[in-house]
Amino acid sequence: MTRAVSERPAGAGMIAVRAVAKRFTLHNQGGAVIEALRGAALDVRAGECVALTGASGAGKSTLMRMIWGDYRIGAGSIRVAGVELAGADPRTVLALRRDRIGHVSQFLRVVPRVPARDVVAEPLLALGAPREAARARAEALLARLNIPPALWGLSPTTFSGGEQQRVNVARGFVHPFPVLLLDEPTASLDGANRATVLDLIREAKARGAAILGIFHDADARAQVCDRDVDVGAFRP
Amino acid sequence: MTVSTAEMAQARVRADAEARAPLLEVAGLTRRYGARIGCADIGFDLWPGEVLGVVGESGSGKSTLLACLAGHLAPDAGRVLWRDRDGRARDVLAIPEPERRLLARTDWAFVRQNPRDGLRMGVSAGGNIGERLMAGGARHYGRIRGAAADWLARVEIDAGRIDDTPRAFSGGMQQRLQIARNLVSGPRLVLMDEPTGGLDVSVQARLLDLLRGLVREMGLSAIVVTHDLAVARLLAHRLMVMKDGRVVETGLTDQVLDDPQHAYTQLLVSSALRL
Repeated sequence: MTRAVSERPAGAGMIAVRAVAKRFTLHNQGGAVIEALRGAALDVRAGECVALTGASGAGKSTLMRMIWGDYRIGAGSIRVAGVELAGADPRTVLALRRDRIGHVSQFLRVVPRVPARDVVAEPLLALGAPREAARARAEALLARLNIPPALWGLSPTTFSGGEQQRVNVARGFVHPFPVLLLDEPTASLDGANRATVLDLIREAKARGAAILGIFHDADARAQVCDRDVDVGAFRP
Repeated sequence: MTVSTAEMAQARVRADAEARAPLLEVAGLTRRYGARIGCADIGFDLWPGEVLGVVGESGSGKSTLLACLAGHLAPDAGRVLWRDRDGRARDVLAIPEPERRLLARTDWAFVRQNPRDGLRMGVSAGGNIGERLMAGGARHYGRIRGAAADWLARVEIDAGRIDDTPRAFSGGMQQRLQIARNLVSGPRLVLMDEPTGGLDVSVQARLLDLLRGLVREMGLSAIVVTHDLAVARLLAHRLMVMKDGRVVETGLTDQVLDDPQHAYTQLLVSSALRL
């Protein structure tokens, strides 16, 4: 399979986006075509945090979803850790997600009834980590993010928005992924928890992670991001 | 026990990552009912450790496809190649019937929507599990009973119920027992037809969690037929969308559900109540 180490062109980042375009065709709404992005390009290097900026609807989430492999890449090239995602088969994308791309989405999507500690430990279990070690690591992270131990055994579907967000953050940081995609990781958090998440981001940068984030919180962005990429420039 | 399970899981993860060939290769599979198409020209590869979801509405051909794969229905055309434990590719549709039956009792498993169709309702829970082991050649009573007790625990059924018949079980328990009966032989491929179909939503969640854990720990490959996109999202790595007996779209599960390309998939996704 596509496990072979791919060569990254000199100067290209861990995330390398080139000439990416995306359009949506809505077949059941008269075949309406929505042009979302054109000519998108960016690089994120190891140890760097880059912010996607732009007005609501500019295509920040669309671009991030293509890098996560959730949206198909209409045209152009997206390489993550040297692996081409345009036209990649599901196995390639899943292999990347298993050990190279971590993702903190805005919304928590889990099987109801699975305890928070197992939701967080799951990425480690998928890598074959022993259950006890994975749980211990998950609990340490939940504790750091101020989720009370009484909640660790409960399903996060019953948690508040802020608690769910922190469970999501813990899940994204539980394994030292070399690439991290963060969609509003501090959105519904209070001061102390927000500071913890920003610390996690700084630590990830220090260990060499390449991070791409969407932060509406300008102050948070200023604290951790090295530069901005305005997605508005990629409007068709 | 915990350690060995973990080591086993690690070994399976490594083995899956290094797998060089699909477990199952399906090409041109077609089944007609007279002039009507059951399923036509279905082709896909299934890799070790992979869960393929087959979605579509009633009559889309997904159950016909599963029945053809399981050998319950004879296809009119097509090929199903199975990689056996020795790494040899076997043409499942061409192997002699006794050998195919042995395969169905050992390396393959079939979980039916209605547990009553997949269990022997007059036989004890322990007997239901042990029967499959005996069909695979096991003879030692103590070991069979031990394995049955072990599997009851894994599917979260109280060991004290081992001598009860499934008639006395709730629907959710019956379905978990059917899963235990199927997985006790350590199969490499599990075919599931609407496994959460007849269950209450709360019971569904428990079953989904159980199935996800077993798939991961045993490194199972599975084909799951479901009309429920939420179930498909949580269980399947990859989806195949069927309409009128044909595959209209295929891809990574979240890509198919979040960025559907085909008009029919877009309609299915936009019609779902909540995803």
